[in-house]
Amino acid sequence: MGLKRRIALAATLALAAAPLAAQEKFITVASTTSTEQSGLFKHLLPIFEKQTGIQVRVVAVGTGQALNMGRRGDADVVFVHDPAAEKKFVDEGQGVNYKQVMYNDFVIVGPKSDPAKVAGGKDVLEALKKIEAAKAPFVSRADKSGTHAAELRYWKSAGIDIGAQKGPWYKETGSGMGPALNTASSLGAYILADRGTWLSFKNRGDLAILVEGDRKLFNQYGIMLVNPAKHPNVKVDLGNAFIDWVVSPAGQKAIADYKVGGEQLFFPNYTGG
Amino acid sequence: MDTILQAFRDAVRLIVELDAGMLAIIRLSLQVSLSAVAIATLLALPVGAAIAVGRFPGRQATIVLLNALMGLPPVVVGLVVYLLLSRAGPLGELGLLFTPTAMVIAQTILILPIIAALARQAVEDAWREYQEQLHSLGAGGWKAALTLVWDIRFSLFTAVLAGLGRACAEVGAVMIVGGNIDGVTRVMTTTIALETSKGDLPLALGLGIVLVTIVLMLNAGAYSLKEVAQRRYG
Amino acid sequence: MRAPTSLLPLRLAAVSFEVETKRIIDGVSLAIEPGPRTVIVGPNGAGKSVLMRLCHGLLRPTAGTIDWASPERPGERRRQAMVFQRPVMLRRSALANVEYALKIGGVPAREREGRARAALAEVGLAALANRGARVLSGGEQQRLALARAWVLRPEVLFLDEPTANLDPGASAEVERIIGTIRAAGTKIVLITHNLGQARRLGDEILFLNQGRLVERAPVDRFFNRPASPETEAFLRGELPWA
Repeated sequence: MGLKRRIALAATLALAAAPLAAQEKFITVASTTSTEQSGLFKHLLPIFEKQTGIQVRVVAVGTGQALNMGRRGDADVVFVHDPAAEKKFVDEGQGVNYKQVMYNDFVIVGPKSDPAKVAGGKDVLEALKKIEAAKAPFVSRADKSGTHAAELRYWKSAGIDIGAQKGPWYKETGSGMGPALNTASSLGAYILADRGTWLSFKNRGDLAILVEGDRKLFNQYGIMLVNPAKHPNVKVDLGNAFIDWVVSPAGQKAIADYKVGGEQLFFPNYTGG
Repeated sequence: MDTILQAFRDAVRLIVELDAGMLAIIRLSLQVSLSAVAIATLLALPVGAAIAVGRFPGRQATIVLLNALMGLPPVVVGLVVYLLLSRAGPLGELGLLFTPTAMVIAQTILILPIIAALARQAVEDAWREYQEQLHSLGAGGWKAALTLVWDIRFSLFTAVLAGLGRACAEVGAVMIVGGNIDGVTRVMTTTIALETSKGDLPLALGLGIVLVTIVLMLNAGAYSLKEVAQRRYG
Repeated sequence: MRAPTSLLPLRLAAVSFEVETKRIIDGVSLAIEPGPRTVIVGPNGAGKSVLMRLCHGLLRPTAGTIDWASPERPGERRRQAMVFQRPVMLRRSALANVEYALKIGGVPAREREGRARAALAEVGLAALANRGARVLSGGEQQRLALARAWVLRPEVLFLDEPTANLDPGASAEVERIIGTIRAAGTKIVLITHNLGQARRLGDEILFLNQGRLVERAPVDRFFNRPASPETEAFLRGELPWA
């Protein structure tokens, strides 16, 4: 039937034409929700795009999911904050051109009523010990993100086997930073958050920063190209252009220039390593 | 209550200001959902009609399955399409992941059973009325089914609107296969999810009000078109 | 109008039709010949409609055979048509409904409108050609059904109680049209519960009761000298239901 064949042809062409239409220069970057929600990319990417004409498409998921996207070849560049997981990724041969780029810091946020009495402290491990001892409500992202990995490292360093010692006070939401903060806000619970997301978070309720400044709370970001040897579809030149720019003086300055409410969120620390 | 009042204020502000970014998000939402509805309707109506008038082994089981698929969770559909379109998956070569095309594919799969199941019921009911007459005139098989489908087009329209509603409302499928990329695959529902997770609840709710208003206008427009057409031929 | 490959005579041999355990048609054998207007009568539930649907091919017998002299083949234009008690019209104009029948009958597109308009004129519906068929009155719809059935000049026209739901004026119109169709050469097979109509329109009467063919006779003999006591009871109005 002439009509049916024509419709089928049109549909196939329409579907096939779509990727063709998007042939402008672009790369896909798998990054984390906390990085996107802090607003860093909205500030950073236009500068890069204006300079190079390369569109950067950021898919913001948890660190674990971002690295898995890299393993599947669904991203060109991975930009996350979990050095242990990143090293594993590179050792697997999944990532190349790996660079440490910047750090931000975590803070312990909690209810102003502070049942565990941690406010003003400068030691995150001490704070966690007090929270566990008081069995005060604590929200964990529990989503294999960089933040979650850091939280688990802190519990371990504090000498607490959280897997065995958790109780109803320890609430695992399996969600991104924002939703976890929403939960903490409505429960009046403690939570480990990155400063960037916290500063732009609007549903604070009764929460406030109670512990900050501990060097252990510094959170390192790394960037790498997905290995083109394993995934031939990776846009090597465009991806490397982005990585090289982020660690260049211009890129590092752009990172430092990003402020929320007058506060700098990310501290560039690329040292050629 | 404050949140809700603020939400209405935000909704009005969004509509009045209508900045370029907002317009782009609304345009993409409509493009994706309307495309999905168009394709799904083209596929679902013949399938629903065929099941309605056909007699084949396993027909009852097919009907039960079709009805059950109306309840396909969007996030599951998104996951399956993601695995298909991922570079590591069978259709990775097409490079469709994280594009609006992938979102259209996912939504089409999601709403196809809805339109087909509702069409099947409408066609089956009408078939009882029309069958003998069409048979008598010499119209058989798919010719009769096509005539029937066109004749009850106004009833089928509601099935199509049901599909449209589902497409506009879902977030799970488009989030996973689209990646909610700013400026590329961000639609109304994923924006609402994003603002919610950033804690900006009034803005999220305001966007929700805008979305519902748009869908309402779509439905009102479609209904009046149908009324005009129906008045001519009963 | 008897083409060398005529459909008629139609022969039924020991035809039965059973639904679940109920026998609606019970061992009917008869031949429908070209020529006389055949009218089928009988009480309610006698199986008249089922018998007609078996003849027209809408139902298949559960026993026995139904054979046309030169059977229709699937995909060919139909050479028989049927008008139902309640006409089923498509949601289109009256004209479009007739054009639809022409389309199914394989008539080329450029000829359809002209022939459809002519068909409407023959039944007095020319002025309503563009009206939606479903908003026409009952009588108008039935006339439209006749136009639609006749436009392809079938050899046989089956009619299942065509005036049962119509007022006397509309009924008279329908009877007149049936006469015109008959005069042009189409074989008429008609079911009616109106004995007056049977007298007016029939040349031969088939009397059906409880799924059996009880009596068959030319119209005068049937009404004046019925052969079977069942027939007599029926004519006296003592068998309203089977």
